[in-house]
Amino acid sequence: MIKKTGMVLVAALILMNCGGGDTEAAKENAAPKLSPEGLTQEQIKHGIGPIGMLPLGPQDEAMAAKGAEVFELKCVACHKIDERLVGPPLAGITTKRSPAFIMNMILNPDEMVKKHPEVKAMLAEFYVPMTFQNVTEDDARAILEYLRTI
Amino acid sequence: MNKTMMRVVGVILVIATFLLISECAKKDKPILGSSAAATAVYVAPGDYDEFYAFTSGGFSGQIGVYGLPSGRLFREIPVFSVNPENGYGFTEETKGMLQTTFGQIPWDDAHHPELSQTDGVTDGRWIFINANNTTRVARIDLKTFETAEIIEIPNSGGNHGSPFITQNTEYVVASTRFSVPIPQRDVSIDSYKENFEGTLTFIKVDPDDGAMNIEFQIIVPGYDYDLAHAGKGPSHGWAFFTCYNTEQANTLLEVNASKNDKDFIAAVNWKLAEKYLAEGKGKTRPGEHYTNRMSHTTHSATSTLTKTVVTLDPADCPGLIYYMPTPKSPHGVDVDPSGEYIVGGGKLAAVVSVHSFSKMLKAIEDEKFIGEAGGIPVLDYDATIAGEVTNVGLGPLHTEFDGKGYAYTSAFITSEVVKWKLGTWEVVDRIPTYYSLGHLMIPGGDSRKPWGKYLVGLNKMTKDRYLSTGPELAHAAQLIDISGEKMKLLLDFPTIGEPHYAQGLPADLVHPNTTKIYELEHNEHPYRALSEKEARVERNGNEVHVYMTTIRTHFKPDNIEGIKLGDVVYFHVTNLEQDWDIPHGFAMQGARNSELLIMPGATNTLRWEPQKVGVFPFYCTDFCSALHQEMQGYVRVSPKGSKLPISFN
Repeated sequence: MIKKTGMVLVAALILMNCGGGDTEAAKENAAPKLSPEGLTQEQIKHGIGPIGMLPLGPQDEAMAAKGAEVFELKCVACHKIDERLVGPPLAGITTKRSPAFIMNMILNPDEMVKKHPEVKAMLAEFYVPMTFQNVTEDDARAILEYLRTI
Repeated sequence: MNKTMMRVVGVILVIATFLLISECAKKDKPILGSSAAATAVYVAPGDYDEFYAFTSGGFSGQIGVYGLPSGRLFREIPVFSVNPENGYGFTEETKGMLQTTFGQIPWDDAHHPELSQTDGVTDGRWIFINANNTTRVARIDLKTFETAEIIEIPNSGGNHGSPFITQNTEYVVASTRFSVPIPQRDVSIDSYKENFEGTLTFIKVDPDDGAMNIEFQIIVPGYDYDLAHAGKGPSHGWAFFTCYNTEQANTLLEVNASKNDKDFIAAVNWKLAEKYLAEGKGKTRPGEHYTNRMSHTTHSATSTLTKTVVTLDPADCPGLIYYMPTPKSPHGVDVDPSGEYIVGGGKLAAVVSVHSFSKMLKAIEDEKFIGEAGGIPVLDYDATIAGEVTNVGLGPLHTEFDGKGYAYTSAFITSEVVKWKLGTWEVVDRIPTYYSLGHLMIPGGDSRKPWGKYLVGLNKMTKDRYLSTGPELAHAAQLIDISGEKMKLLLDFPTIGEPHYAQGLPADLVHPNTTKIYELEHNEHPYRALSEKEARVERNGNEVHVYMTTIRTHFKPDNIEGIKLGDVVYFHVTNLEQDWDIPHGFAMQGARNSELLIMPGATNTLRWEPQKVGVFPFYCTDFCSALHQEMQGYVRVSPKGSKLPISFN
């Protein structure tokens, strides 16, 4: 019988979590401190998904222009810059969230909504979960660059 | 005796009676213990079935998709019949799929699903199915589970012997059940013998995109051609067709077409046909037919009319076709995995006749003919026959194979599956079915590589198998374990329509390849709106085009004014979602066709002719989010002649 890849991943995550909590002593000394949801401090700060910490260089205007195009196609049905629509307004988002967090939210919204405490809190406020819009990692990076300009 | 004691005795009696009844039931039914059978078909929540089964909907015109061993229904694929549930056949994009030379046909009778093959092995790319009534063949894409193409078969009546494929899906073959005047013309039915002919149609399938085109038709004597199967392995290059009514009766066929002891299996050398075509032996004849293809970039069907077909006449093409006598009014013709044995189900004989392909070639070489029929050489039965399976039950119809040297034949009249051994022809096991078994199916059971673990019996009668539902009952399928020496009944499950035949394959040949969304970047629908900025309403005379977008949880535009009585409004709705399993619905009050169910990234169009002055709502029908009930809009309809301009927001 076919096993869902998702299930395997979940199982892997559970195993990883269990590994971290084998003994109280190990937990205190070696394992990274986990949030009540079982997330690392890195995950709380940078989100859950393919993007790790992401230092940004100077603004890339060409990339921002590309990002604006993708944003127009994939995002504007739910997001405005200055006011709430389906989702929250995005003005100043790059000062509130880390670059990796923003990209993980675009690339892996399902898991973010299910596991990240701050995103879960947003679901309770907005009711409609952030959806994956078939955005590639390159396009997500471009959207981030665009969001730096607003 | 006090009340408590009476109650205790009563309970004991009830339990004892129950035990007795269940004991009897167990003795009565040749099934595994109930718990063993339940375990064998149990698929835990969240787990997947091992096989897909695709059942024909018979008179529903559709295809049912089931999981095996659970028997769970996953989906009904609309093919030949309209489906207001998702707008198939009603939307502007899909109407063309049902186009024929008789006009748009909303229904058909779909009998034989046939999976595509590569090197004789089921490959999970497409499934084909025939329309019996208004003669067509459809191709369903197994990435999208949507009907991708429907081609009409000209010069045909009752497209029953169809669609059977050659071992690399080079051709889909289709034979006429009803012989008809070719070309159609106004003649007396009594002139059947002079004026009626049959056709065997070879539809070429493009190896890359599956596109179907009629390559040629062979004109054959006016018998009833019933079923077919292509050769494989050594017999690759040949195709076999059963026929009955070699008496050429045209009335009361139940008597008049059942007189001859033997009818025929026609053996067609299609590789030779290709050679004759290349030599210019084909004749162009009238043969109007439509080809309807769905595009997944425009999300729309294109219908193309072709006026003619190329035909081959056996009289001009020696060696193209031979008849093998087969008792009696044979129905199924099934080729075993090795490609050597050609099995004819002698519907009105209590025998299954097995022809040998190599003996057939030798008989042709040695000219072992007993005469000819309609100009086609008839081979000597004794020269081609490899064996006869007797004691095979009454009304043997169809045979499938397990790849382990055994064949399984359905016996309609005696309601049973009969297992027999290839080569020795001895019956080794039999199991009753409930009731009146027609086709049976083993995943890959008509290919070179059967997965011989389960057999599904597709029964014609249901009677008392399920809770009753009035005069009409769902047809019954039965799942039988064929992994061991003895067959074991595991499960009953109801099916849609009349599941005539079915095909199955391992789930991993299809499941991982599924299309989850249509990418917006590739949407080339002429009326697409790829972002809310492109949403708009345009008037062109009395035609109004609404370029609408939808995403959780709103339509854009959601309020439209300036529509008048007498307008024809087209709602072109693009679903901007790019997430799996987030279709949106669109329903307009008073629409006399259907709703739309728009897959992520697609554009679908509903035509609406307002009937009344007023303000009418539309809304999303597919529960999409917590704010689904907020997903709505209004259209204001003004009287004819109103000067109110179009406006929207």
